[in-house]
Amino acid sequence: MNLYEFQAKELIGRFGIDIPRGRVAGSADDAERLARRMAFPRFAIKAQIHGGGRGIAGGVRFASSPDDARIVAGELLAKPLVTSQTKPSGERVRWVYVEEAFDIAQEIYAAVVVDRARGDLELLVSAAGGVDIEERAAADPRVIARFPVDVTMSPPESDFIGAAHAVGLTGGIAQKAAEVFANMARVATGLDATLVEINPLAITTDGRMIALDAKLSIDPNALFRHPALAALRAQIQMDEGDPKELAADRHQINYQKMDGRIGVVVNGAGLALATNDMLIDAGGKPANFMDIRTTASSLDIAYGVGVILENPATQVVLINIHGGGMQRCDTVAEGVAVALRRARRQVPLVVCFAGNNADFARTRLKGAGVSFIDARDMSDAVSHVMSIVAKAAA
Amino acid sequence: MAILVGGDTRLLCQGLTGRAATYHMARMTAYGTRLVAGVTPGKGGRNHLDAPVFNTVREAADATGANASMLFVPPETAAKAMIEAIEAEIPLVVVVTERVPVMDMVRVRQALKGSKTRLVGPNSQGILVPGVCQVGVMTTVNARSGVVGIVSRSATLTSEVMAQTTRAGLGQSATVGVGGDPVHGLSLKDGVELFLEDPQTEAIVVIGEIGGYGEEEVAEFVAAVRPGKPIVAFVAGRHAPLERRMGHAGAFSTEGGGAANPKIAALQAAGVSISPNAALVGQTVALQLHRAKSEPIRSL
Repeated sequence: MNLYEFQAKELIGRFGIDIPRGRVAGSADDAERLARRMAFPRFAIKAQIHGGGRGIAGGVRFASSPDDARIVAGELLAKPLVTSQTKPSGERVRWVYVEEAFDIAQEIYAAVVVDRARGDLELLVSAAGGVDIEERAAADPRVIARFPVDVTMSPPESDFIGAAHAVGLTGGIAQKAAEVFANMARVATGLDATLVEINPLAITTDGRMIALDAKLSIDPNALFRHPALAALRAQIQMDEGDPKELAADRHQINYQKMDGRIGVVVNGAGLALATNDMLIDAGGKPANFMDIRTTASSLDIAYGVGVILENPATQVVLINIHGGGMQRCDTVAEGVAVALRRARRQVPLVVCFAGNNADFARTRLKGAGVSFIDARDMSDAVSHVMSIVAKAAA
Repeated sequence: MAILVGGDTRLLCQGLTGRAATYHMARMTAYGTRLVAGVTPGKGGRNHLDAPVFNTVREAADATGANASMLFVPPETAAKAMIEAIEAEIPLVVVVTERVPVMDMVRVRQALKGSKTRLVGPNSQGILVPGVCQVGVMTTVNARSGVVGIVSRSATLTSEVMAQTTRAGLGQSATVGVGGDPVHGLSLKDGVELFLEDPQTEAIVVIGEIGGYGEEEVAEFVAAVRPGKPIVAFVAGRHAPLERRMGHAGAFSTEGGGAANPKIAALQAAGVSISPNAALVGQTVALQLHRAKSEPIRSL
């Protein structure tokens, strides 16, 4: 679960990290009003999006008066922001963050991140913070210094002062940086954040150390111990999530709509990816990605299949199920039969059942009066699907 | 012979008295797995599925000589249960639980360092040695004892490849699920290493998917070791849309994880044979085994 900058800043601020004073605005009018009230000599106006690369894409602007803030905020809110990390169509800007602008002496990069290959938590620092850090690190990996964080200690421990020295700081300002790094590690373990990134961590001309931008990613599997964040996630999903995908999720199904015409029903993420790979290799276009989790009941499955049948683009449905120890073929067959009984339209059905209770599932589906093409194996199923697609196109 | 588990496995089950554990453990014992103890805090002293139940792993291990533990513990307490098993020096711990918090797994990984325990999972379907021992929740309908070792990140694809290798007349020495979580115990590379040492295993299948660096690690290992057994890999998700990245850290750490094509390229460059799709893994292994037997690998 990725948080917006303003949400991330509020949270890291609670852990003792210095953040600029600022407010969120949803309109140009709001931006002006808030700027007038805060009365800073200069304002940073920042588009709130999840994707990175915002600075280079023009998503961070400055204003020297409330009137100026109004104009800049209006421009940022007017259209989606396209960056190197967003979809090509960009990301909608629902809010801008209006905050105090600073005179910066130096910008540092700092992140505390779960490293999946090493299976540990690491502090990454670089003396060269700012918008193009990624390119510079790609050109020379030594730009980034890494320090493992010991999470068995509370608070978590690492060579925080060594990290401050690694970015070239000494004396009192090094102490300050070490404190920020230690607090970032506390954010990671305290909030179950898999990413705590401050870029830039700015040293101002008057010697303050301030988090000018912050990114925070919270582990959704840990929300049971963070009820406030769970509520925030529910809100974010309601605002931004696809209602069908969210409903499918409640039915123990991972569903993502795609832009093709072949509906796909699969159990297991690996098999689901592999099935879509085979269809696309054969020249087909999946209408969706679907992974039925092991915990889905037949009625959950009926819901998922129903979503696919209701999609007007769906021309044919491929059901590729490998029954396992926890999700058997016959449970899926039952769900499919229910969905078809409810459906307002019929599309050709290609079914490949294998593994646990495959024969029983075929019998059940036939017994329910469902007509379907009974594929021998995955290759056979894909070729049946492709010939149906070809016929429909002719 | 097999890897990780076998006829001498004396299994204890943490969370035995729960519903899912009861269902799956009954299937495992019916398959021939020897269940020697259960652990459920507060329920010590009972019997469940003909096995004595203890309050702690240490008590259970001391009383029964258990040498492996399988966890059916909910995500909230799974890490605590894993660490309890590690501290009791259980040599093998297999975890089925899904959705364990990542930070908990980071803590478990720290507990594993220097310990005597090998962890499989979490979010793993477990380990199957066909005809001998099942420590997992997989289906066994298409399992046949044989020569192919399967190590995998995906439970359903394992099951599919099991069926294919059985159909090809090869059978399996063992199947191991490393689990789908970002931070886990046994890696794909560890699985390959174990299968290379196992005399029953004549060929190895590695099933990967997008995300993480497990496949790249296998490629590095294979390139360095130049193993004498054919290795076939399949990586799912070649056409999957890339996940949107956030922040820069993903670019310099391994937080984000990889697309399928670089994984496939790395494996291929290391000499691993790639199955073009999920349906052809069995045939690809059969072909590689045939080639290996008809022209023995020359030492370099």
